[in-house]
Amino acid sequence: MAVKSPVKIKATNGQVVTKSAAPVVKRAEIKKTWKMYIDGKFPRTESGRYYVLKDAAGTVIANICKGSRKDLRDAVVSNRKAQEGWAKRSAYNKGQILYRIAETLEGRKAQFVETLLMQGTSHAKAQAEVESTIDLLVYYAGWTDKYIQIFSSVNPVESAHFNFSYPEACGIVSVFATEQNGLLGLVSMIAPIIAGGNTCTVMAAELFPMTAIDFAEVMHASDVPSGVVNILTGPRKEFLSHASSHMDINAIVYADLTSADQKLAQINASLNVKRVIDFSKEALLSPYRIFQCQETKTTWHPVGI
Amino acid sequence: MKKVTADKGLKFDTQWTYAPAPESTDHIKIKDRYDLFINGKFTPPSTRKYFDTINPATEKKISAVAEASAADVDKAVKSAQVAYDKTWSKMQASERGKYIYRIARILQEKARELAVIESMDAGKPIRESRDIDIPLAAAHFFYYAGWADKLDYAFPGKKSSPLGVAGQIIPWNFPLLMAAWKIAPALAAGNTVVLKPAETTPLTALKLAEIIQEADLPPGVVNIITGAGASGAALVNHPQVKKIAFTGSTEVGKIIQKSLAGTDKKYTLELGGKAANIIFEDAAIDQAVEGVINGIFFNQGHVCCAGSRLFVQEGIAKEVLRKLKDRIETLIIGDPLDKNTDIGAINSKAQLNKIKSLVQAGIKEGGECWQSSCKIPTKGFWFRPTLFTGVAQSHRIVQEEIFGPVLTIQTFRTVEEVIEKANNTPYGLSGGVWTDKGSKVFKVSAALKAGVIWANTYNKFDPTSPFGGYKESGMGREGGLHGLQPYVNLQ
Repeated sequence: MAVKSPVKIKATNGQVVTKSAAPVVKRAEIKKTWKMYIDGKFPRTESGRYYVLKDAAGTVIANICKGSRKDLRDAVVSNRKAQEGWAKRSAYNKGQILYRIAETLEGRKAQFVETLLMQGTSHAKAQAEVESTIDLLVYYAGWTDKYIQIFSSVNPVESAHFNFSYPEACGIVSVFATEQNGLLGLVSMIAPIIAGGNTCTVMAAELFPMTAIDFAEVMHASDVPSGVVNILTGPRKEFLSHASSHMDINAIVYADLTSADQKLAQINASLNVKRVIDFSKEALLSPYRIFQCQETKTTWHPVGI
Repeated sequence: MKKVTADKGLKFDTQWTYAPAPESTDHIKIKDRYDLFINGKFTPPSTRKYFDTINPATEKKISAVAEASAADVDKAVKSAQVAYDKTWSKMQASERGKYIYRIARILQEKARELAVIESMDAGKPIRESRDIDIPLAAAHFFYYAGWADKLDYAFPGKKSSPLGVAGQIIPWNFPLLMAAWKIAPALAAGNTVVLKPAETTPLTALKLAEIIQEADLPPGVVNIITGAGASGAALVNHPQVKKIAFTGSTEVGKIIQKSLAGTDKKYTLELGGKAANIIFEDAAIDQAVEGVINGIFFNQGHVCCAGSRLFVQEGIAKEVLRKLKDRIETLIIGDPLDKNTDIGAINSKAQLNKIKSLVQAGIKEGGECWQSSCKIPTKGFWFRPTLFTGVAQSHRIVQEEIFGPVLTIQTFRTVEEVIEKANNTPYGLSGGVWTDKGSKVFKVSAALKAGVIWANTYNKFDPTSPFGGYKESGMGREGGLHGLQPYVNLQ
């Protein structure tokens, strides 16, 4: 989005935290540089662009990378490189890694509560959101070795063949993280996608990019292989046209795009028959979120000698 | 075109000849002209326009069919909507199922007539329409009929409900079978249907309309409208249609996906393919050769999942090529109604021209072309079984779907190499693997990015078996439990 004036944080989930609520610090704070997450590294955008986030009181919170088309392309290259290896990990191992993300997040609860507060949530809501997110990760960790059983079939064909169908990762998914619930919304989109063996590039919510970057650090510390999840920050409108027309992306997932943006994504998706999936139509906790990002493969083999 | 004559090793007709064994056409009933099937009745098109459908083996007219205008499409959709609101969605599920069973039974009763008409209208060998198309069509109705009252068990944790009116557009390669694939799951799930058959092969769909009348389905539950691209576009864009099911080319599929952008319509697309058929050195070679023949020459190669790219492991390449040529020399091309015919007529002149131009492109790009020396009839649309060797991944005939009896042959050394080559295509509908080693079957079939994998077999279909593609070969599955999902809302 081409924003001329600095973006102001809107309190969407509760009270706005103003300057006066911040603790008094005695020493000069080390401020964090909010970088993107691509291929297991934390680079700045190659474009050198940034946008400024301010809180409701007008204080600058952060300079955020304004990612570019080139960043997206780099991210997709790393997604493709990582996808087969990730899909080939055993279901058990993928489950353990998702569980590990939950463990790491549990240990960093306070940090996420703080970031959510900075993004305008109340303390109680922030606490609840972080806890729900941890539980959601555990939920999807448990699905990795079960959804295949739920959605598979052995098909009783008439001829002398053994025939079975099972779901496989559809490949690379581009994710437009929801603007609501900076952490839970984000993770409820990533978890089912990677639980199913896909890799993804996430366009962070433009107004809440910090939780996304914080979460990248959590994944980085939880044995998620490089390139399985990439996180870009910046103008979603730009990203949307680049991602939806990218010929090596297999699916687009969103939950709260405007109807005009949905239409744009769907039009561009037809360039390479991308799957377009609206997660807002599926519950946060549902194996169907995993299934929607899968392809069904059917295999035949003769029965005989 | 340079034509190389094969060695005469297996050229059976030099030893003896087959006497003609044509299937009789005396018993079939085809009207001179067909109207649109709307609201349970055959209705003349609003424009009074009709077009001919010809027999591609003789170029003679068989009948004329109506051309549906946008107004006719609207009428059909509205009658489907009324039928949905008033009868079909309200009917007890088990009753719904019984009507679908009826269709299956009548199809079986009229199987012979339908097979003959299918072969006349589409040019496919009677052996295929008799043994595959028609029995499978009946089996599809029989399979999905049983789902009608069992939907509560189909989707764990979810309750399903029908969508409304489904608009369905089908291709000319398996006319009645595709109609069955589309209509059966739609009806079982409680939807009503407007179906548009392909313009070159409308007759068996219109015979199905008669069967639907005979089965006494409530008027409007199934509407069948004939026409070309414009009629299809009117159906896709009709605001009351809740779901589009399309089988056809990737090119048209993309146009449909684009035109559905910004709507809430669900859609499934079964599009083109360029399947890899892979033979490893440890395969049972004679069986593999049979499978390759079936993979590419079944239905004149007018098959979206045809095994059109053959990959042979280097050590057996010479032997496989010789056996393939020998086997191809035995194939009989000719009268689709003759029970000895292996390869029938190309479906239309337009398709024949497309095949010819791609084969020319293949020769121009440096591929070595070999064709069967078989005789072909003078009237009608025919194309000899054709092999290309000396081709590269970048050649058009290796990349583009030909949809005809043309096979490209490449060699490989390692499993990794062939997997990479096989997946190097925007398509992902199907693939074949030939090896005697079970672990290799599983490694390769898992690595192929395609929706249907035939291991030590090829081109097998069944109502219980989900079918559909990855990547640009489409989305969604037809057949089996998975084929129900596109026709329901899940809550």
